[in-house]
Amino acid sequence: MLVNFTPPSASEYIRVLPEILLTVGGTILMIAEGLAGERHRRGLAPMALAFLLLALGGAVVAGMDPGPAFNNMLTVDGYATFFRLLVLIVGILSVLISGSYLTRENADSADYYALILFSLCGQSILASANELIMVFIGLEISSIATYVLAGFLRNDKRNNEAAIKYFLLGSFATAFLLYGVGWIYGVTGTTNLQEIHRFLTSSESVYSPLLVSACAAMMFVGFAFKVSAAPFQGWAPDVYQGAPAPVSAFMTAAPKAAAFAVFLRVYSIAFSGLTERWQPILWVSAMATMVIGNFAALRQDNIKRMLAYSSVAHAGYVMVAVVAHSEAGVAAAMFYLASYAFMNLGAFAIVTHYVGKGERYVGIDDMAGYARQQPLIAALFTWFLLSLIGVPLTGGFFGKFYVFKSAIDSNLIWLTVLGLLNSAVAAYYYLRIIVVMYFHEPTNETGAAGPVPAGVRLALIGSAIGVFVLGVMPSAVLEFANRSAMLSR
Amino acid sequence: MSPLSLALWTPLACLFVLLALPSSQKTAIKLWANISAVLGLLTMLPLITGYDRSNGGFQFVERAEWIPSLGIQYYIGIDGISLLLMVLTAVTAVVATLSSWEAIQDRLKQYYAMLLLLQVGMLGVFASLDFILFYVFWELVLVPMYFLIGVWGGPRKLYAAIKFFLYTLAGSVLMLLGILTLYSQHWTQFGTPTFEIDALLRLTMPFWMQQWVFWALFIGFAIKVPMFPFHTWLPDAHTEAPTAGSVILAAVLLKMGTYGFLRFSLPLLPQASMDRTIVQVVVGLSLIGILYGALVCLMQQDWKRLVAYSSVSHLGFCTLGIFSLNPNGIAGSVIQQLNHGISTGMLFLIVGVVYERRHTREISEYGGLAHRMPLFATVFAFAVLSSAGLPLLNGFVGEFTILQGAFEANRWWAAMAVPGVVIGAAYLLWLYQRTTLGQITNAKNNHLADLSWRELAVFAPFILWAFSIGLYPKPYFEIIERPVARIVERVRPGYYQDRPPSPALAQAPHAAPHTAQGGAR
Repeated sequence: MLVNFTPPSASEYIRVLPEILLTVGGTILMIAEGLAGERHRRGLAPMALAFLLLALGGAVVAGMDPGPAFNNMLTVDGYATFFRLLVLIVGILSVLISGSYLTRENADSADYYALILFSLCGQSILASANELIMVFIGLEISSIATYVLAGFLRNDKRNNEAAIKYFLLGSFATAFLLYGVGWIYGVTGTTNLQEIHRFLTSSESVYSPLLVSACAAMMFVGFAFKVSAAPFQGWAPDVYQGAPAPVSAFMTAAPKAAAFAVFLRVYSIAFSGLTERWQPILWVSAMATMVIGNFAALRQDNIKRMLAYSSVAHAGYVMVAVVAHSEAGVAAAMFYLASYAFMNLGAFAIVTHYVGKGERYVGIDDMAGYARQQPLIAALFTWFLLSLIGVPLTGGFFGKFYVFKSAIDSNLIWLTVLGLLNSAVAAYYYLRIIVVMYFHEPTNETGAAGPVPAGVRLALIGSAIGVFVLGVMPSAVLEFANRSAMLSR
Repeated sequence: MSPLSLALWTPLACLFVLLALPSSQKTAIKLWANISAVLGLLTMLPLITGYDRSNGGFQFVERAEWIPSLGIQYYIGIDGISLLLMVLTAVTAVVATLSSWEAIQDRLKQYYAMLLLLQVGMLGVFASLDFILFYVFWELVLVPMYFLIGVWGGPRKLYAAIKFFLYTLAGSVLMLLGILTLYSQHWTQFGTPTFEIDALLRLTMPFWMQQWVFWALFIGFAIKVPMFPFHTWLPDAHTEAPTAGSVILAAVLLKMGTYGFLRFSLPLLPQASMDRTIVQVVVGLSLIGILYGALVCLMQQDWKRLVAYSSVSHLGFCTLGIFSLNPNGIAGSVIQQLNHGISTGMLFLIVGVVYERRHTREISEYGGLAHRMPLFATVFAFAVLSSAGLPLLNGFVGEFTILQGAFEANRWWAAMAVPGVVIGAAYLLWLYQRTTLGQITNAKNNHLADLSWRELAVFAPFILWAFSIGLYPKPYFEIIERPVARIVERVRPGYYQDRPPSPALAQAPHAAPHTAQGGAR
């Protein structure tokens, strides 16, 4: 390999522009933390936002000149660009809702924003990784930053629990992934996805299918953990409940989307020859993820925990698209993750504001009569919840529609039936929040329905527009997803 | 903009204006809501006058791309069946809006916004020719209705609202499955993505697949109708909804289910719809619905719940007519859908009138209302007689034609449905007797005020319409003659060739009025 080494060209550097900008931005933020006094803390969020916008521009620029980079370790195609943009937008929305939260908890710090930027850098690598070592590196960059974010309020017991749990289980799952990578290298002699595909489908290669299946299974453990798919979803509710609300918002959208991106890429390129071996397993996993997520969410009284289980359930719907194993499936997963990011961020933005200092008001019943106190915010919350249910004219509807369409096209009739019934069950727990907001009278205990800070308001407007555009005029995004869904083998 | 789009989007435009009004201006909001409803009715006029009866296809067709990559279009158009139901929707909207003038005092703006949104959804359902567009409107109806019941409803509103939402949603996701299967079939057979009905008509599907799709759609529609045993959401939703909500539910929302059968199940899945087993099951459920609904009505202590259960019985007639699969049955069913909207709408308004005065729905609380409220008693009598199917009033025309159709298909079906008519008259007249006739037994009823001018105005459109259909139903049969013939021809190709020279189709419009005037029953 080293013999053929040629120094990377300028266009290759441009292809990793977002990663570069995010790293530089994160580093500058950490330096600025030390330089800025207590009084200048307020400038940190706008600074982080500026870097994120730059990175967003960088991702667009990088996407205009698609191609491989660094000896084919990364590949910047439409698919990568789609997910890069998605996670960066999630990052922007998360930063918008974080400022007021951190101020309320007296935890304003540049570290927080730097960590978000680093985490996004990892996810951006994941979106474009074309090689298993890069997959691992991206996953670790993203995860380690998120472990720290989950425990960011270090005096809060719930934060600590979430961080430790996430860290221990997460490392364990990543170890599985790495072990799988090692094995697959042992079998095929390469970590490049296309070459693995070529090796596994070539008639001349000699290998044990059982061994390769074991590799695929071990990597599935790693990926399933990151996307919170059954049976590796157990950590998700505890961590999403325990982490600071804006971090939960971030975690349920960005790392999950990036993990799905790489999951899909690895399975539809490297392991596409082994479909009949992994498809049944993923089928069961998808089904179990939807059922566990939805039925567990039915019983929750804590709004964060409920949204956490709902996040598991939505991962299940995306898994259905993964099982479909087709271009339509890939496009459906992309679209679904995008619409989920908006509706979920929107819902979490309201929760972030509503829970109040020390996250006191996390019960669903605490929202009693919210519609009378804040009619507009309640209406927006309803909008996001309807989208999570999948009511037409919201992004959630076309997401589900597209996922189940791809499943039907791949003849997964029963999985579709189960998925559709699940989405009807899910309506119950989302409606519960609407019921409490609109049909219950406010109680004295009801909390901090103070004025909504500008950042949260911006994030809400952004998410609401996102859900609306994806629900009413989804053509542009759909077509972009369709065009990018063809992953080169 | 074509007249159909105008009719469809006027309520939405009115909704935006409504949202711009300040919440404190209660009278302005109420006025504007009523003006909007009337505007909605006026937009129906070009449709009625421009409708060509000799054409059985879709008219006022409009088509635009919506999501090209999925083949989803904004594709609308109406035939006679949709036209009647759209007019019913517009009239009901006027009545429902006016009836809320005093009944609703809380969160006015949101209330009328929900009514207008509901109207858009209902009109859209009847105008859509693209299956996904239809589905979008179908689901759109769910949300405002949920809020109408949940926010402005009666004591058990939460339970009723959630039950309504979940039941309907469960049905519609299965319907979506059926839609996706049809779509996927079209994709494999023709290689183009589309959801438009005309294109899906060209599909040739194996029988077993038609059966599966039929049941998937059936559950979606049957829950909405509602057919026995999917009816359990209805008594709760109807009973707990505010008066206007009940009126709209009964008059229009339930028709969305029967309309679904006529527009989708029958034409798209002709073989399955003709299948002996399927027809027997569906007709069996309809007959059970007719008799069960009627018997349960006899047992009710709650005035509104009684009216609610009577819907189960009446809608049973509608589905019986549809699955008789002949012109009389289907035409009768459409007319009966219209009639049920009118007469049950009136009955719910009646309950609303007394509920506003006494705040109880217990039948035993009332008695002898005729002494204090003569006008009310007269209007109530109209409603009862129209619902019970007295000749010269609208109810008779529909039921009679349905029974004709059922008789033609299988005389036992007709025989089993007839007791439903009899019990129907029994529970309605008994209700009338217990509440309105006799002496005033409850002192609280001594000072009830009679109908006000506004309340009379609320009833007026329905009363006039009931009379006009009862006396001269011919135009209604003419409007739906061709569309119905198209459906029958589609399900039973060659049906009209096998008939004697004067086809049953031609008889249908004339037969009913003659017998009606003769008072044959």
